[in-house]
Amino acid sequence: MSQYAFHFDGTRCTGCKTCEFACKDFRDLQVGFAYRKVYEVTYGETTKDSNGCFATSCTSYPLSLACNHCDDPACTHVCPTGAMHKDAETGLVSVDAEKCVGCGYCHMACPYNAPKVDREKGHSVKCDGCAERVAAGRKPVCVEACPARALDFGIAEDMAAKGERAAIAPLPEPSYTNPNLYVKPSVDALPAGSADGKVVNPLEVM
Amino acid sequence: MQESMPRISRRSFVKTTGALGALAAAGGAATATGSLFGVGAAHADADAPDEVVWGHCAINCPSRCPLKFHVKDDEIVWVEADTSSDAAFEDRQARACLRGRSYRRWMNSPDRLSYPLKRVGARGEGKFERISWEEAIDTIAGELTRVIESYGNDAVYIDYATGVEGVTTGQPFQRLLNLCGGYLDYYGSYSAAQLAYMQATVFGASGGGSALKTAEDAELVLVFGSSPIETRQGGLHTHYDYVALREKTKGKIIVIDPRFNDSLSGHSDQWLPINPGTDAALVAAIAYELIAADRIDVDFLHTYCSGFDEESMPEAARGKHLSYKDYVLGEGYDKVEKSPEWAAPITGIDADAIRALAAEIAEASPLFVTQGWGPQRRSNGEWNFWSICLLPLLVGQAGKPGTNNGNRESRFIIPLTDFPSGENPVEASISCFLFTDAIDHGTEMTKTKDGVRGADRLSNNIKFLINYAGNCLTNQHSDINKAHDILADESKCEFILAVDTVMCDSAKYADILLPDLFRSEQVSLASTGSNTAYIVTAQPCTSPKFERKTAYEMCEMLAEKLGVRDEFTEGKTQAEWIEELYEADREEDPELPSYAELVEMGVYKRERPGNIALDKFVADPVENALATPSGKIEIFSQKIAKAMEEWEFAEDETVYPVPAYVPEWHGVETTTDEFPLALSGFHYRGRVHSSWGSIELLKEANPQELWINPVDAESRGIKQGDRVSVKNEFGETQLLAKVTPRIVPGTVAMAQGAWHDADMQGDRIDRGGCINTLTTQRPSPLAKGNPQHSNICNVSKA
Repeated sequence: MSQYAFHFDGTRCTGCKTCEFACKDFRDLQVGFAYRKVYEVTYGETTKDSNGCFATSCTSYPLSLACNHCDDPACTHVCPTGAMHKDAETGLVSVDAEKCVGCGYCHMACPYNAPKVDREKGHSVKCDGCAERVAAGRKPVCVEACPARALDFGIAEDMAAKGERAAIAPLPEPSYTNPNLYVKPSVDALPAGSADGKVVNPLEVM
Repeated sequence: MQESMPRISRRSFVKTTGALGALAAAGGAATATGSLFGVGAAHADADAPDEVVWGHCAINCPSRCPLKFHVKDDEIVWVEADTSSDAAFEDRQARACLRGRSYRRWMNSPDRLSYPLKRVGARGEGKFERISWEEAIDTIAGELTRVIESYGNDAVYIDYATGVEGVTTGQPFQRLLNLCGGYLDYYGSYSAAQLAYMQATVFGASGGGSALKTAEDAELVLVFGSSPIETRQGGLHTHYDYVALREKTKGKIIVIDPRFNDSLSGHSDQWLPINPGTDAALVAAIAYELIAADRIDVDFLHTYCSGFDEESMPEAARGKHLSYKDYVLGEGYDKVEKSPEWAAPITGIDADAIRALAAEIAEASPLFVTQGWGPQRRSNGEWNFWSICLLPLLVGQAGKPGTNNGNRESRFIIPLTDFPSGENPVEASISCFLFTDAIDHGTEMTKTKDGVRGADRLSNNIKFLINYAGNCLTNQHSDINKAHDILADESKCEFILAVDTVMCDSAKYADILLPDLFRSEQVSLASTGSNTAYIVTAQPCTSPKFERKTAYEMCEMLAEKLGVRDEFTEGKTQAEWIEELYEADREEDPELPSYAELVEMGVYKRERPGNIALDKFVADPVENALATPSGKIEIFSQKIAKAMEEWEFAEDETVYPVPAYVPEWHGVETTTDEFPLALSGFHYRGRVHSSWGSIELLKEANPQELWINPVDAESRGIKQGDRVSVKNEFGETQLLAKVTPRIVPGTVAMAQGAWHDADMQGDRIDRGGCINTLTTQRPSPLAKGNPQHSNICNVSKA
């Protein structure tokens, strides 16, 4: 088996959301659905003193995140029908729409906000790593779309050579699910679990 | 593998998985319902291969990325870009941004205009009925003829519009009108009016900046009010170039901006927050420090510039303490020393920080100073632009490798010849920003009061207006409530023709509204670039749907009715014009591929040779003298000094002939008890100006928000995500609050371009968060440009 993984270069990402929208176009997603989302983490303060001068400790960085096709996916473990499954060949996690009953356990269990139930379709939907493109020798559409070349995709060992296993805020500790996401953090990035590392753009990513 | 999963309950997941896990859980618990027999998700690549057609973006973003339309059964399935799976960081690919990837949503929008329409309600009410092309053409040609006969050609105007931009066939209406005796033209732009005026004043014609890649060699890169990530997106434009600069430079980057903009994300150590509109005060204080520390490059200034000190002043202006040095040292003008202590409360930058910055500037070699178009789009924008350009000159850091002239980075573009618009027999022109004045009281507008060019005064008000692919009648103009009153009065502008793809706010003011085709739905060609130049081409990705037509076809039909069809077409279709003009350009530039090859390629790229602003002038200032009165860079402007004697200015208007700090009207120093906050606009990733502003998908992920510092939010009881009302003397707009330390206290900001959404027959409260509800129609003093970032307001919970 060749486990596939994403790589995210936090020093390059500008938070432009092209990845998210290339995916939405390719997958024909409508309002309310995004398989890849861009989270903003901002902390610190910018203040003005009595002389009218500014002091700032403000720090802000984006994180582009889809499904991490974890080694130990929370979503597959809670799925009552086996619809959410991990491919034996590629390690990509996807939904079998024929089996899915739309219970939403996967949505609740995933610490990465990846699966969501599409009530109209009647089943859970999420990033499948562009499995068909990958099988055809291409990279996922989000990766190829990135204007800043901040995303990559490939065999997990190759991606691991370019960064550390996802351990920056707002992500949970990677030990929970062993995500196949490797990150080169920006200087601003906080460690996973940091109290300051909150998502400040919830409206954009729900 | 399953066995290795830690057995933890959902509750412990929420407790322990960090901020993102909690967010996911907060997304709402699903219940176990839904179809047992759901169908598979439709994938764009699930079936047989698509037909792939090259097209390109043609909106007012200079990136103009190539687009690969995947088409099936005459419908677009998805939009790919210039991309491949094996591309390394260095491989030049013009990857389209989120908007390019959302083209299908706009082109297939249920709100797309499909038929010619005639207004049936009041102007601006947005009520129309379908008519035939024949009736539309008859009405437009008849009204044009009537207005020209009754008033003259100078009562006809084509409004500033950039919904179609950068293509070689973008001005068919100009050509049509020129064949009918001409029209009142405009000068300037809403993008960079103050810059354009001052660039010509200070540098003459050759005032463009260095390429951004020149900055890769710099030791210090100073960026004033610029965010290429947001303003020039895409994989082969300044967005990419800026990412590459950050990665390649060994120098330090400092971004001076009231807003921690997206170009700073992940690089917070580069942010130096400043009060908006005070860049010139910062420069003056740096100059003061450099003079005090004897770090001014006096030889450079004497050789290449006019007006730094008494010795380099033009003869006629000597002995009056009018030099910049006299301004800085308090010997002339306002007699105030421009010390760091003076500048600190104005700029919001501590005096010691200003001294430290001055010391860094004195030491840096090469020094690359650049600016965006934000600092100049203000009521004192002429002087902000000028001051920032002065900064590198003070230390002799211009005209050599790794330097810039302080202007915005220049772009490398392969020149292509446009479809000729012809000669305009009407000589008068106005600042584009003053078109509502010219509708309302054009005959009162003069050269010395309103900046009328080509004539001492206008002899007509605008009576016939064409708005082709634009939203500057209201949404992107200023003081929308005032603009509405002027436009809605049919006795003023008697006829308005609009051509668009969707019913934007400006289109509602049309008497006749025609349905346009996108440039990717017709044959098209455009040339653009940043560090890399590229040419993009389009072939129709689908057949023309419904009764939509190209602007060329519309003009051809009008030309026939007006008796100038043969002169308009010269027997050629638009596609034939494009090919013929391109092949003629290729004779001058044989490196270009043939037209047939270009169409096949979709995008043609060329690497830029080195580009350093002022290099020729600095190498030989006599042989390459600038086209300014002194032949040098003007730190004292003889042109402005003359204008100060001849022009009429308002009583509260301060005009300096040197790059001084001019406290703004509607600025941080002129807030009031009623309107205690400054308000600035900025460009948003989810739109280009108002283009894409109606696409729900983009709006969802790029909500229209007011950036407000926690200090200003808390005192008003405003929390993140609250709906807030922003008010000033011009109106009220509502949007969501983004409470963030990414904006300085005392200033709030909202992205420009959101779609105006107000009941103009009712309360006129804009519920769309359109900043131009709150901007003034008063122009900047010299350029008569739009000061759309200079506003004061108050904010409360809506």
